[in-house]
Amino acid sequence: MSPTILHLISYVCVVVLVLAMVIKSKKILSLPLHLRWELYPVAHEGKKASYGGSFMEEVDWWTKPRHSSLIGELKVMIPEILFLKALWESNRSHWVSSFPFHFGLYLLVFTIFLFIAGAVMGIAGVDMTAEAGGFVGVLDSATGVIGVVGLILTALGSIGLLVRRLTDQQYAPYTTGADLFNLLFFLAAMVAGLYVAFLTENGVVATRGYVQSLITFDLGAQTAGTSVTVMVLLFSLLVAYVPLTHMSHFFTKYFMYHHIRWDDTPNYGGKADKTVAEYLNYKVSWDAPHIKGGGTKTWAEVATENPFQEKEESK
Amino acid sequence: MSRNIFKDFSNPDKQLGHIDPKDLMPLPPPYDTDEARKVWKELDESAREKFETNLDDTIGIGIPKPETKEEEQELVRKFLSGLEKLFTKENNWTFLQPLTLSMEHCAKCQTCSDACHIYEASGNNEMYRPSCRSEVLRRIYFKYLKPGGKFFGKWQHGDIELNWTTVQRLAELAYRCNLCRRCAQTCPIGVDNGLIGHEIRKLFSQEMGISAKEIHEDGSGLQLKVGSSTGMNDLVLKDNIEFIDEDMEDLTGIKVETPWDKVGADVLLIHNAGEILAWPENPGAFAVILEAAGISWTLSSELAAYDGINYGLWYDDAQFARVAIKHAQAAKKLGVKKIVLGECGHAHKALTVIADRVLTGDLNIPRESALTLLDDIVSSGRLKLDPSRNDFPVTLHDPCNMVRLMGIVEPQRRIVRKICPQFREMYPKGVDNYCCGGGSGFAIMSRHNFTDWRFNISGRKKMQQILNAFADDLSPETKKYLCAPCSNCKGQFRDMITYYDAWEKCGILYGGLVELIVNCMEDAKPNFIDWEWH
Repeated sequence: MSPTILHLISYVCVVVLVLAMVIKSKKILSLPLHLRWELYPVAHEGKKASYGGSFMEEVDWWTKPRHSSLIGELKVMIPEILFLKALWESNRSHWVSSFPFHFGLYLLVFTIFLFIAGAVMGIAGVDMTAEAGGFVGVLDSATGVIGVVGLILTALGSIGLLVRRLTDQQYAPYTTGADLFNLLFFLAAMVAGLYVAFLTENGVVATRGYVQSLITFDLGAQTAGTSVTVMVLLFSLLVAYVPLTHMSHFFTKYFMYHHIRWDDTPNYGGKADKTVAEYLNYKVSWDAPHIKGGGTKTWAEVATENPFQEKEESK
Repeated sequence: MSRNIFKDFSNPDKQLGHIDPKDLMPLPPPYDTDEARKVWKELDESAREKFETNLDDTIGIGIPKPETKEEEQELVRKFLSGLEKLFTKENNWTFLQPLTLSMEHCAKCQTCSDACHIYEASGNNEMYRPSCRSEVLRRIYFKYLKPGGKFFGKWQHGDIELNWTTVQRLAELAYRCNLCRRCAQTCPIGVDNGLIGHEIRKLFSQEMGISAKEIHEDGSGLQLKVGSSTGMNDLVLKDNIEFIDEDMEDLTGIKVETPWDKVGADVLLIHNAGEILAWPENPGAFAVILEAAGISWTLSSELAAYDGINYGLWYDDAQFARVAIKHAQAAKKLGVKKIVLGECGHAHKALTVIADRVLTGDLNIPRESALTLLDDIVSSGRLKLDPSRNDFPVTLHDPCNMVRLMGIVEPQRRIVRKICPQFREMYPKGVDNYCCGGGSGFAIMSRHNFTDWRFNISGRKKMQQILNAFADDLSPETKKYLCAPCSNCKGQFRDMITYYDAWEKCGILYGGLVELIVNCMEDAKPNFIDWEWH
């Protein structure tokens, strides 16, 4: 594959990642304000969060100041994101495969930042060759070790999840072609990465060289061989693919927690009233006899009519 | 059960699943023997001829069988039309965001399964897995409504055949979930199978007019027609309350006169009107406590406002909004400072939380739980209480709507800890509680053999919890009190305790929280709680 095409693919994939995240987030945020649907414990409830309590435990709660604890949210989110705490507590056998899969990916994301740091140093004129030693040697070792651990964990997690999906009757009927493809895709990328790490000379330097060429837009820079090309191609495509699937939960989970599960903001009027007033003018087309919206009635009309009483009175 | 439930789901040739009582989760003593196993009433032939019955061994909704293929096709078309509307902001602004996120992000890790009391109690019957009905809807949605769904949607989200069998089974299956959202609580991603069940119910009700008769026609419809799902109009209601006031004076020696439509009162108290007929001691005890505490309060006799129920919460946004608005309008008319919800879980959540963004402007009157007000009254020492009058084993049931879905956990506990020397928790408790098994309307659904399903499956986990809470002495001679501050839960307990003969076998009585308070009021005659209430 020509280096120019490989570079272009990498750029396009990163752009797809960013665009997919932006578009998906904007789409979620553009959906109407929903009715409150919180689920306790709500992490920002301060001391009450420890047992799942809420501000509604207080007499005349609307007269009291609202507290929202960011620390409380972080105390839940950090162990949840890093260690998949909910899965550990509620589905330990799945955690055994899912945790290495996810934690391995975190390590790989961190490894990418190490590659970028090294590449920037190289661009700044620091000697980044394999013989450089000193801090560069430490950076290389750290990049190599963290990357390899990430690759191994993710590969093991992928295999574990694949076996589970194919053999466990809890999972098999729910498993689709895409689920298997996704795991195989991850596994292939990890195997390619491990091949580069163990069987390609100076894999860290070679990979960093490619990252540097991406940063400097050196589209003609050759990779250090077919194995690096295959690895780069698979990882680039993976980066673009993930946010287009249900695996986009790596960022949409934020909305599912903060905008739904923990959205306990009471309506004190003002902006919420204005927003809902707009929704109440939406035309309803539900067709059941007790609504008969027909695309002409508004929500306000539906909510304030009483077809049951009217029916009775017209008899 | 076949290996792939989604292939079988559209197959009309055989019933999708079967409940074998031998597979059910075991119960503790004295219900742990083969002899103690309850015999299910089988569906009779006339029901099987008239209604769709090929999901499991019972009927929740009772969907009439279409007479022709054309009628079936029309119903399938209507279902798809409703499904499309469910994903438009004009028709479903109320829940579009949470629904969309839950539809698009399930990783099918099945973490939700072990959290579900119905799935566990059924012996892990696949059709009751909380992700099963969501998965059916998800597959239909991505295959039949999304561009390229016939190929790409199928590959990405899985295949399913859409026909009348699929549609009617999905409708029934939406009524095999208590909507307690315990599954959602354990989902690492935040997917909410309870919400999806709720939305499926809405689709059928709002587009196709299909819902459980007890909830719609005899429930929210009757409430909007005569004022209460009990069928009581305001005159009957006032008569009943007058009798209750008189009874309360006899029982407690304290004279009470329930105020009606008192303009300018501080508190509009809204009971579940079912209390007035089924458990009159509950509204009576409320009146005694509020009077003794010097609270300025009133009841309303406005249409629908003397019954706190709002069944729309479980199946229909239009019905929900109509009732919530009537409650708020009554409060506005009286000029009260706040609405206080009596001991009814779904009424709590409906008016306090779910209606919060529906009641705008001057209808947004502050609303709070009776549990917090009672906690305030008891903690402040305004009542002289003698806990020794409550010296019997007491456990506390956490109504899902008040606890997991509103975060009201401690007020009721502070009260029972203070006034019940033998209080013990049932585990898991608080926000991790299990549903009573009557949630989302089941407590009032009893046609055909649905009660057998309700007590053997949806209520089974709670039955286990109750027995475990009193395991130190299950003898019928020791009278025990299961405190359930929710009418719907009490309805389930009343019927379930009878079903299992739990009063005769174990001495278990159920009741509300206010009854325990009045029972230990020094100013009241002793023995307000009558063990013959069972």
